[in-house]
Amino acid sequence: MQLQSMFFKQRATEKLGDELLQGNMRKAKGKFVDGRAKAVAEFGVWEEARTHAAKVRDRALANLDAYLVEFERKATARGAVVHWAETAEDACRIIVDIAARNGVRKITKSKSMVSEEVNLNEAFEAAGMQVVETDLGEYILQLAHEPPSHIVAPAVHKSKEQVADLFVAAHGKPRLTEIPAMTREAREALREHFLTADMGVSGSNFIIAETGTTLTVTNEGNADMVTTLPRIHCVITGIEKVIGTLEDFASLIRLLPRSAIGQTIANYHTLTTGPKMPGDVDGPEQMHVVLVDAGRTKLLGGAMQEMLRCIRCGACMNHCPVYQNVGGHAYGWVYPGPMGSILTPVYVGLENARDLPNAATFCGACAVACPVKIPLPDLMRKLREQQFDRKLRPWPERVVIAAWGFAVTRPALYALLSRIGARVANWMGGRDGLIHALPGIDGWTKGRDMPAPAGRTFRDLYRQKESGRP
Amino acid sequence: MKVGLFVTCLVDLIRPGIGFAALKLLEGARCEVVVPQAQTCCGQPGYNSGGRDIAKALARKVLAEFRDCDYVVAPSGSCSGQMKVATVHDLFKDEPDLPEFERLAAKWHELSDFLVNVLKVEKVPGKYAGTITYHDSCAGLRELGLKMQPRYLLQMAGAKIAEMDGAEVCCGFGGTFSIKLGDISTRMCENKCESVRASGAGAIVGGDLGCLLNIEGRLRRTGDKATKVLHFAQVIAGEERA
Repeated sequence: MQLQSMFFKQRATEKLGDELLQGNMRKAKGKFVDGRAKAVAEFGVWEEARTHAAKVRDRALANLDAYLVEFERKATARGAVVHWAETAEDACRIIVDIAARNGVRKITKSKSMVSEEVNLNEAFEAAGMQVVETDLGEYILQLAHEPPSHIVAPAVHKSKEQVADLFVAAHGKPRLTEIPAMTREAREALREHFLTADMGVSGSNFIIAETGTTLTVTNEGNADMVTTLPRIHCVITGIEKVIGTLEDFASLIRLLPRSAIGQTIANYHTLTTGPKMPGDVDGPEQMHVVLVDAGRTKLLGGAMQEMLRCIRCGACMNHCPVYQNVGGHAYGWVYPGPMGSILTPVYVGLENARDLPNAATFCGACAVACPVKIPLPDLMRKLREQQFDRKLRPWPERVVIAAWGFAVTRPALYALLSRIGARVANWMGGRDGLIHALPGIDGWTKGRDMPAPAGRTFRDLYRQKESGRP
Repeated sequence: MKVGLFVTCLVDLIRPGIGFAALKLLEGARCEVVVPQAQTCCGQPGYNSGGRDIAKALARKVLAEFRDCDYVVAPSGSCSGQMKVATVHDLFKDEPDLPEFERLAAKWHELSDFLVNVLKVEKVPGKYAGTITYHDSCAGLRELGLKMQPRYLLQMAGAKIAEMDGAEVCCGFGGTFSIKLGDISTRMCENKCESVRASGAGAIVGGDLGCLLNIEGRLRRTGDKATKVLHFAQVIAGEERA
């Protein structure tokens, strides 16, 4: 996906003016937020489960090297081939090589955000191969030539009507507007691809060290098709997805669908351990697992390590009032919302995502919703500290903060300046006590008035009152 | 009982009436109130802009100014969060003066929490005969667990509370966010104003002046001159009537 994260501010403003998008986002918001709230309330011991899940993820990260090697050992013993990709380019090269070596012409894919991160589809297409997304949302976006705007519900920014138009253009059949009929039509179109693909590529929600298993959660069952029908199955996943045991999976899976869409259990859990074995009726002849680093190891042992706990449920963005209003495309890369505001600058460079750590009011809703207790606002603040130290914010902003810092640490100077400021701003407020425009700063006053100060500072009035006392 | 009043920079500069309402409530409950004159700001604007050193310098300044108080009270959940949570859990967690900040955090209370849970007041001077809706400010709600305290006090003053949809959703203020990303901030504020209008209340009441200025600014810009925007201290101290 082409990097656009440097233009967050402009893109956000554009999205705020997109009425169609705004309507679609409003519809989705209720489903995500209310659904999760209900599932959490019914669960009963949610906080205990979160605490445990955070521990499970921390234990995996603390033992990442050992768990990954164990995974490789177990998966290899079951006949899978494990590949290590240090960079995004390595990942694409390894996977396209596997495909080319085996004469692959068509690839079906179940949903994978890592594949978006490394631009895998483009790599396949550059090698002359056809790639078909089979997650319904991803399928829609492939028809629309758009990147996902959400990590769980990639086409959440689209309305039913927009999808109907895309289907007419792609399938050449009469326009349908009932969702069950539309999904049936998509299933029919996809069935053909499932049966004719040479290779299936799937992402992975978790990979399990003790068994060498990769695991994909879906509601459509498309991962079952992708992992079993083609003659080659290739898993692409980030190295941080490893967990120790099936027991750990059991703990985390109680939180994942509830956090994502308020679902107590997802429809399909596709656990894959090695390719087809002697005696198996079906399954791929080859299974490959590509473990992608692409910057993840840089987070280990550093200020951002907690971000690697992320299980990609999307709850942080669903609950983020900034995301709810601007949508995922505004963020300009693969990962939107609070988790994206951290991952994007960390993976593509703070200088390429200047506004993202600042795209938050620190309202804390994301931290409360996160099932693995990632302190998202704290991590964003740490990125702001790095920006501050590296002087990456615009100079007027830096001057204002420096001047403010100088004044507030000098009480006499501050008292004088605030007395003058209160008077001047009171005068600016005029008769209605509202400042309608501030010279040079329109961020506030473009859409709001600034209520003017009363005219005298509290401390000024208090001192006067005290001295008047007997 | 010696209570230090941390006025907050916004109240000091823009709405001194809120400070006097807090003073009246505390003195009315027989507290000996002191207002250190050198106080300026809790440091949160610096902290959230990445200026960690400025935030630490200001926190140390606040610590020194209120050292001899039994309690410190602030009419703000946001500044209270800075002094009760950010100092202890982040800024000074590896510093030798951590114990001093832990003591400060323990004796520091947001105003409604102090009135309800420390002073355990059973009556307030204010009489408010109207319907209000309450905006839960983010830091107060999610960092300090303020939810029932202000509502309890407002009901004590006779106010009827018509809860709005999304009372716990951020109003879009976010300190410098409101200027740096003004368009998003304005939209978030407009959503809040829509909820306020739908509640049918004659006043929107909150506990943080930043949010209140934001909401008032948007209401007035969109032509609503009638809906009052008030700090709960003004209502329960009897400084504002329906």
